[in-house]
Amino acid sequence: MLAIFLKELRSLFLSPLAWSLMVALQLVLAWLFLVQLEQYLQIQPKLAGLENAPGVTALVIAPLLDSAAMVIMLLVPLLTMGMFSRESGSGALDLLFSSPVSMTAIVVGKYFAVLTLLAIVITLIALMPLSLLLGARPDMGSLAAALFALVLASAAYAALGLWISSMTKQPAVAAVLSYALLLLLWIINLNGSGEIGSPLQQLSLSSHFQRMLSGLVTSADIAYFLLLILTGLILCIHRLERLRIEG
Amino acid sequence: MQPLIRMTGITRYFGQFCAVRNFNLELSQGEILGLLGPNGAGKSTTMRILSGCLGASLGDVWLDGFDLFKEPLQAKQAIGYLPENPPLYPELTVDEYLLFCARLRAVRKSETSAALDRAKALCGLGREGSRLIRNLSKGFQQRVGIAQAIIHKPRVIILDEPTSGLDPNQIIEIRELIRTLGESHGVILSTHILPEVQSVCDRVLILNNGRTVYTEYLAKPGHGKCDRLRVRLACSPGESAMAALQGVVEVTVLGESRFSLLLDDSCSTEAVAKQIIQQDWGLLELVPDKQNLEQIFYRLTTADEVEG
Repeated sequence: MLAIFLKELRSLFLSPLAWSLMVALQLVLAWLFLVQLEQYLQIQPKLAGLENAPGVTALVIAPLLDSAAMVIMLLVPLLTMGMFSRESGSGALDLLFSSPVSMTAIVVGKYFAVLTLLAIVITLIALMPLSLLLGARPDMGSLAAALFALVLASAAYAALGLWISSMTKQPAVAAVLSYALLLLLWIINLNGSGEIGSPLQQLSLSSHFQRMLSGLVTSADIAYFLLLILTGLILCIHRLERLRIEG
Repeated sequence: MQPLIRMTGITRYFGQFCAVRNFNLELSQGEILGLLGPNGAGKSTTMRILSGCLGASLGDVWLDGFDLFKEPLQAKQAIGYLPENPPLYPELTVDEYLLFCARLRAVRKSETSAALDRAKALCGLGREGSRLIRNLSKGFQQRVGIAQAIIHKPRVIILDEPTSGLDPNQIIEIRELIRTLGESHGVILSTHILPEVQSVCDRVLILNNGRTVYTEYLAKPGHGKCDRLRVRLACSPGESAMAALQGVVEVTVLGESRFSLLLDDSCSTEAVAKQIIQQDWGLLELVPDKQNLEQIFYRLTTADEVEG
């Protein structure tokens, strides 16, 4: 598993894709961060007069990380699209299949490689709100909860993206299908009812994410993300097993 | 001694199409088996099943005493496999790639660098270590593919068309390499180059439409007696005169003044040559006529088409 993890990580960083995605993400989020900060500075005098006014965490950090979750969603399918599809297209998958490693080790090894890259991305993003420590006192608890939510959401994106990558030989197809699935999961609660607790609300990524973003960490939300991750990985392992057996 | 490979009753369907039907094989250490067959005969399918890259619809595979379908990890430790398209990662250098393969096959850390050097030396990659696989020529990529298959000193080496894409010099080198490997490993190779099988393999197995149609041990060149001769004469004495030669059991007319002679066990090639010269028939050509693979191959792989 370690061999696969190291090789995938190397491959990720050897391709300009990962680097350019990180640059793009950083650029977009930095701009959003500045805009949020500027708006906050403009309304700050009015807030000073209010009782229980929302602070910098709610007005700057939460919207920033909310956008980050969206932008990462656009990034992850591009990272995962080639994880299996490229190998199954080039025949390199035969190397893994004929080696004494289990399917689980292959999938988990690759998954951790993507996670490592995402961890770096999220660390870079976290530096922006943390830079506020220079002049303000953000609510560290809420910030931690929001970053945790971002990690869980990214991990879920990656697991589902990996699964979809195992379903096709064409990376572009994998990317399109991953976008479809992730976007659908994100907006599936946009139907009329919108009441909390409805099945579609339960299914939606955004409703769980938003709750954690607001600083409320519940085991139900954590379980939702972990379930998504496990589902993605297990489906991926099964899919590869079938690919191997059925050819 | 237990065989390195034992395949029994291997059958593989793709939907309704039967790619391999009831395939049986045993291979022991020190043996090189050539798998022959026209395109689509089921060679690659058989090799993919053997290497664990494809499931079988029916049958069992035992590798080095382990059941491939029940104990895949132990069984796969015993094989090195070169698929039809070498499974390379173009973004890695040769060294990085081989290191990855060594780790994948659980080569001990202390032995990795020695294993890398050995595999590179055997495949003539000594100086290519730091080059990107993407930039290597097809022939060198093929060599990297072979290096990958032998890096962990597997007991069984499975090579699917190992010499495709190589230039004639490289082909000779690779054949030499396969012969060396065959001394201490069991090797299966598929090809449709018939002379390759004759020069490298101990045994040949011909597949056609998924069935084994021929399997035979090949005499090494220089060993064993040749029982068939092909002769060409300047002035032909006719079939009956040829048949009257001592030691000749059967004469087949191949063309005008060209004959194929079947000799009996006691008769040597020299004796026949001597007789022909004494008769003054003007001997132009005398070659051992191995019931050669080409003819067998042609006969076995085309007969079916007529029937079917």
